[in-house]
Order: sequence, then C-alpha cells, then structure tokens
Amino acid sequence: MGASGLALLGFLITHLAGNLLLFIPGGALFNEYAQKLESLGMLLYVAEFGLAFLFVFHSVIAIRLKLDNLSARGSKYAGLKSKGGPSRWNIASVNMAISGLVMGAFLIWHIKSMKFGPSIAQGYVTEVKGTLDRDLYRLVFETFKDPIQVWLYVGVMIFLGLHLRHGFWSAFQSLGLIRPRFSKLISAVGVFIAVLMAAGFLGIPLYIHFILPGVKTL
Amino acid sequence: MSTHEQSMTLNLKVWKQKGPKDSGHFEMVTAKNIIKEMSFLEMLDVVNEDLIKLGKEPIEFDSDCREGICGTCGIVINGQAHGPWKATTTCQLHMRAFNDGDTVILEPWRAKAFPVLKDLVVDRSSFDRIIASGGYTSAKTGPHPDGNAMLIPKPIADRAFDAAACIGCGACVAACPNASASLFTGAKITHLMMTPQGQAERERRVVSMVDRMDQEGFGSCTNIGECRAACPKDISLDSIAIMKREYMNAFLKSDIEQREVREDA
Repeated sequence: MGASGLALLGFLITHLAGNLLLFIPGGALFNEYAQKLESLGMLLYVAEFGLAFLFVFHSVIAIRLKLDNLSARGSKYAGLKSKGGPSRWNIASVNMAISGLVMGAFLIWHIKSMKFGPSIAQGYVTEVKGTLDRDLYRLVFETFKDPIQVWLYVGVMIFLGLHLRHGFWSAFQSLGLIRPRFSKLISAVGVFIAVLMAAGFLGIPLYIHFILPGVKTL
Repeated sequence: MSTHEQSMTLNLKVWKQKGPKDSGHFEMVTAKNIIKEMSFLEMLDVVNEDLIKLGKEPIEFDSDCREGICGTCGIVINGQAHGPWKATTTCQLHMRAFNDGDTVILEPWRAKAFPVLKDLVVDRSSFDRIIASGGYTSAKTGPHPDGNAMLIPKPIADRAFDAAACIGCGACVAACPNASASLFTGAKITHLMMTPQGQAERERRVVSMVDRMDQEGFGSCTNIGECRAACPKDISLDSIAIMKREYMNAFLKSDIEQREVREDA
C-alpha cells in the first residue's frame, strides 16, 4: 500500500512538472513535450503498463483492506468519537477510501477524455518542430473553457490533496521508515507535498479559465 | 456533607446483551445519588446495588485492581474508549468529568476479535493468544545472574519500559476505526526487541505474533493514530513503525526462520 502509493506520487510529480508547461501561453512547448513522450515508443508502453499495474495494485489492495477493516469491527458503535491529542483522526485519514474512489473514477474519465480524446483525425492538428502532430494543448484549452469541467478538476484535486496529506506520512509509517526524531518532519513534508500537488494541479484549470487572455466566459 | 448535597443524577444509555449470540440493545438506566468524587466504576456499583434491590439484573462490567494498572476494565463511554480523559483507564475516570443530568452512553469494546460475553464484558483472549504465539523470551531461569553481567544503556531500558507499560486493556482496538490490534502487538514487540534477552527469538517472534494478530480477525492499521489517543499508558505510535520494520527484517531472513520452525515441530 505504502510503497505503491509513494511510487504513484512519483508519477504525479513528473505529471505536474510536465503540465506546468501549460502555464506558457500558446502551448507550443507543451505540444513539443507531448510529442517527445509519444516518440518514446516502446519505452512509453512499458511505462504506461507499469503505471497501470501500480494503480490497479494500489486499488485492489486498498479495497481488500477496507472490506477487511469494515468487517473487523463486528457490531456498530452508537458513535465513535476521537479523543484528540496525539490522534491523527481527521477528514483526510478516515476518508482515504472515499478520496481514493473519487480519484479512481476521475482517472478513468481523465484518460478517456485526454489520452483517448479528440486527436488528429478530429482536426486537432498543429505543427510541432516542422511536422504535423496532435494539438493536445487545444484540447486542454477547450476542456478548461467549460466551467463545469474546471470545477470538477478543482474538486477532485482537493480530494487528491487530502489523500496525500494522510497517505504520505502513512506510507512512511507502514514501511517502518519513521524514526521518532523524523516523525514530525515527515508529517510536515506530507502536508507540504499535499498542498503543492493539489495547488499545482488545480492551478492549471483555474489559470486557463480565469487568467489566460481570451477565455473569460464567466 | 457538602459534596453529598451536590449529588448528581445521570441518564445511562447502557448496552445490554445476554450473551455472545444475542444481538444486544441499548437500555436506559437512571444513576441516582452520584457524587463527583466517585470513580466511574463506583458509580456503576451504586447503580447495580439499586438494580439488585429492585430485583433487576445488574449491568455486567469487568474490573480488577481499580487503580489503573491491570488492564481489566474498559468501557466505551460516549464513543471514547475509557471515556473523555487522556491516559486514563475507566476505573480512574472520575465522575467530575460529568454534569448533573448528562446522558452517558456505555458500550463494550466492539471488535470481531473481542466477542461480547455479557453487557459490557468482552472476551479478550485473542490478546492472550497473540502473546502465547511469541510475546515472551525463553531465557533459562535459575540463579540470579550478576547485575552487571548484562549491561543495558539507560535510554534503551527506558524505551523498552515505555513499551512494556502496555496493560493489554484493548482500548487501542476499541478506539481504532479498523479495530486493529497493531498498537498492542507493536508495544509487545518493541518491548522485547529492545533488550538483549529478547534477541534470540527476535525474528520468529514478530512473524508469529503479527500472523496470529491477523488470524484473530483484527483489522489492519491505516495509521489514523486514534489508538495512541485512547491508550491509558501513552504507548507511542513509533512502536507500530518498529513492528513493521521488524517484520520486514524478519521476512528478509525467512530462510533462518523456517529452519527454526522445523526444528520445533
């Protein structure tokens, strides 16, 4: 759980780093980056397969864990209440399954609408370094013109932040990597990463929708 | 005199269950003439005396030393294991934590691995079986060894002792949203792996105790840390990280492990 979670975080970091190119108006650099990834060929398939495996592994273990844990209670309490203090009981830690499910559903839609969305055949063509290629920037740009999709992305990224806020520290604890001295530090790094990733990812749709010139529809 | 004048009346919403097979239900019981200086269990004693006088069945609960060191008592009070006070067992919780007229909900530890025997009494023998699976050292007994023969640095002795403070009450399981026994098992493993006496069975211990814990039907740890907040002995969450680390180390040495088990069989 922890190891696959950290590996997936590694993917998220590279995904965000690449997507930061969307902040550059015009989208030439972003399209160039997308083309470079596509040109990896076999290597890209291996990476995609690895990622898919990680996502499925992480989800299957999580669902099994959640079902086992639900049945371990036996009978229901009238209402369990946190005692506070050193407890890490918060909206993030007790709702990992919900934030995970929301992101899983989002991921399927995200891949369908982006990776397998309109491409060259539908006229999303641009010139990248002298050759004609898919205009992915236009797809992103048009997606984030739609206020419903913008707020959907923003909403899901808040779930991502919550998931990482608990998940990062939790992974270190579960892998036995925490020493008493570093526990607070790792927890703080977890908060930092959660805020950074959520803000980075939700910043893109908000930027394109509200700040980028010529797209103000609201 | 003055304290008795300030006696309270509380409305107890108590879990009543005839036996392990019964589905159980809540019942309202009035607790009269309760004074702030009483412990929570003394309050229940007063209530039970009244119930017995009326020819009704008393509320069953567990208790032994009543000084917070044996780990026998344990009630989930208003949704919190051992009630609202920190680092306190139910027997050391006092009635000044409540106000006149309060409604107080009393429930047993709820976990599949802790079947309810009656009312608020649960069977915690699953903890005993975890201990029996490896929570011991097989040091030879006999004449006292020389006190200086086995030197243990004070910080190590302190950390071992902090973990050894676990009284096995089960509040960690009761408070955990997953009913996991990781804090209990982690405390026992940490306590024994810190000292020289615990080294001989170090790998075998962690594997068999963790496996036993899973077999007993406890949930898995998702690091919510509510166990730590509910623990009357302030056992640190680090003991869970230590348990995980020890398990992984033992897993890497699994060839040694299997040979030892085969010799035992």
